[in-house]
Amino acid sequence: MIEINSGFIPLTDAAILIVAKEMGFAEEQGIALNLLRETSWANIRDRLAVGQFEVAHCLAPMPIASNLGLTPFATPLIAPMALGMGGNAVTVSNDIYEQMCGVGYNGQFDAAIAGQYLQKIVENLRQQDKQRLKLGVVHPFSAHNFELRYWLSSMGISPDTDVEIKIIPPMLMADALNAGQIDGFCVGEPWNSLAVSKGFGKVITTKTAIWASSPEKVLAVQSEWAEKNQDALQSLLVALVKAAKWCSAKQNFEKLAKIMSAEIYLNIPETLVLGALNGSLSSSASINADHTLPFLEFYDNAATFPWQSHALWLYSQMVRWGHLEHSAESAEIARSSFRPDIYRSALKSTDAVIPSGNSKVEGALKTRTAVGAASNTLYLGPDGFFDDNVFDPDQIDSYIHGQLNL
Amino acid sequence: MSSRMPSVVIVDENAARASIIEAGLIAAGHEHVTIINDMTGIVAKITEIAPDVVVIDLQNPNRDMLEDALQLSRAVKRPVAMFVDKSDNEMMQSAIDAGVSAYVIDGLRQDRVKAILDMAVSRFNAFSKLERELEEAKTALENRNVIDQAKRLIMASRSVSEDEAYKLLRKTAMNQNRKIVEVAESLVLSANLLDGGQL
Repeated sequence: MIEINSGFIPLTDAAILIVAKEMGFAEEQGIALNLLRETSWANIRDRLAVGQFEVAHCLAPMPIASNLGLTPFATPLIAPMALGMGGNAVTVSNDIYEQMCGVGYNGQFDAAIAGQYLQKIVENLRQQDKQRLKLGVVHPFSAHNFELRYWLSSMGISPDTDVEIKIIPPMLMADALNAGQIDGFCVGEPWNSLAVSKGFGKVITTKTAIWASSPEKVLAVQSEWAEKNQDALQSLLVALVKAAKWCSAKQNFEKLAKIMSAEIYLNIPETLVLGALNGSLSSSASINADHTLPFLEFYDNAATFPWQSHALWLYSQMVRWGHLEHSAESAEIARSSFRPDIYRSALKSTDAVIPSGNSKVEGALKTRTAVGAASNTLYLGPDGFFDDNVFDPDQIDSYIHGQLNL
Repeated sequence: MSSRMPSVVIVDENAARASIIEAGLIAAGHEHVTIINDMTGIVAKITEIAPDVVVIDLQNPNRDMLEDALQLSRAVKRPVAMFVDKSDNEMMQSAIDAGVSAYVIDGLRQDRVKAILDMAVSRFNAFSKLERELEEAKTALENRNVIDQAKRLIMASRSVSEDEAYKLLRKTAMNQNRKIVEVAESLVLSANLLDGGQL
């Protein structure tokens, strides 16, 4: 048995790691997987850096930011696998929700519709010279921050001057909303479900609605460890992809919710975990009703494949929001932080359906489409942004240039 | 760099632990030490104090928020770095094991920072040891209670002396290769079940 220590943050999208351990997928591959719950992403980063964790449940932009030297105690990390797609939602306080309804909002999750009414509220506050809305995200280098900013900007709301974006830990988000410290947030599950179930707020849109088939968490691996333990890493990836397949099967949702709700993992009632799995996280309507894609996908549509186009888009947003200046060298560091080559070589002898390319044009697929794969048939998409703008990783210079000049 | 001692903010929701670090720093000659126990408005508080060093406990979920605030303030005028040289892995390990981290204003003398962190690490460890000992003392007390209860049960049912009751317990434990407290626990538990909790 090879011992591997992995950190995780209590979130529904830690499911793949937890199931790999609890359902024996790791053990089957000769891996003794130790899961250690952490309280902050900074702790995850530090313990990866000093080698107390070999791998970790990690925000997708974090390995990129670390490799670019943008975080304290930066250490070389790679992401050889994604831990699913989607899974976040935007929740606002009851007060803001009612104000939105007052100007004609009907509870649609469609990002353009919800955004249009939120924009009216922001505009009203500005005209009345009232305090800006405060919106919470979990980390500056999180998909939450970047998708929220992308959505707001597209709706004509400046994330820096029209609203205030604050960093709040996921588990404290619902209480912060209730206490009036923030007016809304973008966070992963089960923390939207918790806020909704307590009656603190309502979901207005989702990550999937803003950018379909988008990256959220990855498996972060210390580069040096990955280099020296290639076989162990490959076995781990096989175990995790099997676990992902198990997580995405509907007949396992109840069992998955039960496993995740345990005190050592999320320590939260099963029903709140189920919200993200079956789309019931909003009290009003099914979150999946407006979309062809599930709210949170663990396996289908290549949900575990570490697309380099995802890494490059996240990088483009780091540039957009002033974390660094764009250069070909930095873009290359970002691109090569995601390692589809390792994923492919680990899974080539399994029945997993693996994309043959490393990148794709984000927004090229309007519907679910059969595409070329190394074996079997792979389905991808839809994978577009809600505003129909396309991200072509080969045209990153002009994409970045265009956004900076908005 | 002025020769005065760096000012320190200790962010710790555990007031007792924060106090022992504060005491240590003051004993080492620090005059400007502030404790923040309450996380509400922490960013504003730190901005106002503008410390040279921030010591934070690693169990605090607000660490990401704090780090972001410190990063943002870099744009203004106070650059912030992680406490130790990145190459000092051993120092980092011991800090993480102790459950503490620190942020410093860039340009602060390395030895000064190291002294503060060393102090925090040793006091955190001392505090954990104290907590562990307290826990052990509590367990020992509970164990003794269970053994006393078991002895009383044996004395009553077999009409033997306390000493004989204890010997019987010990003999059973030895025969079954178990701890005395375990045997006592099972005895008390079964008596509880049989008597409906009347002991």
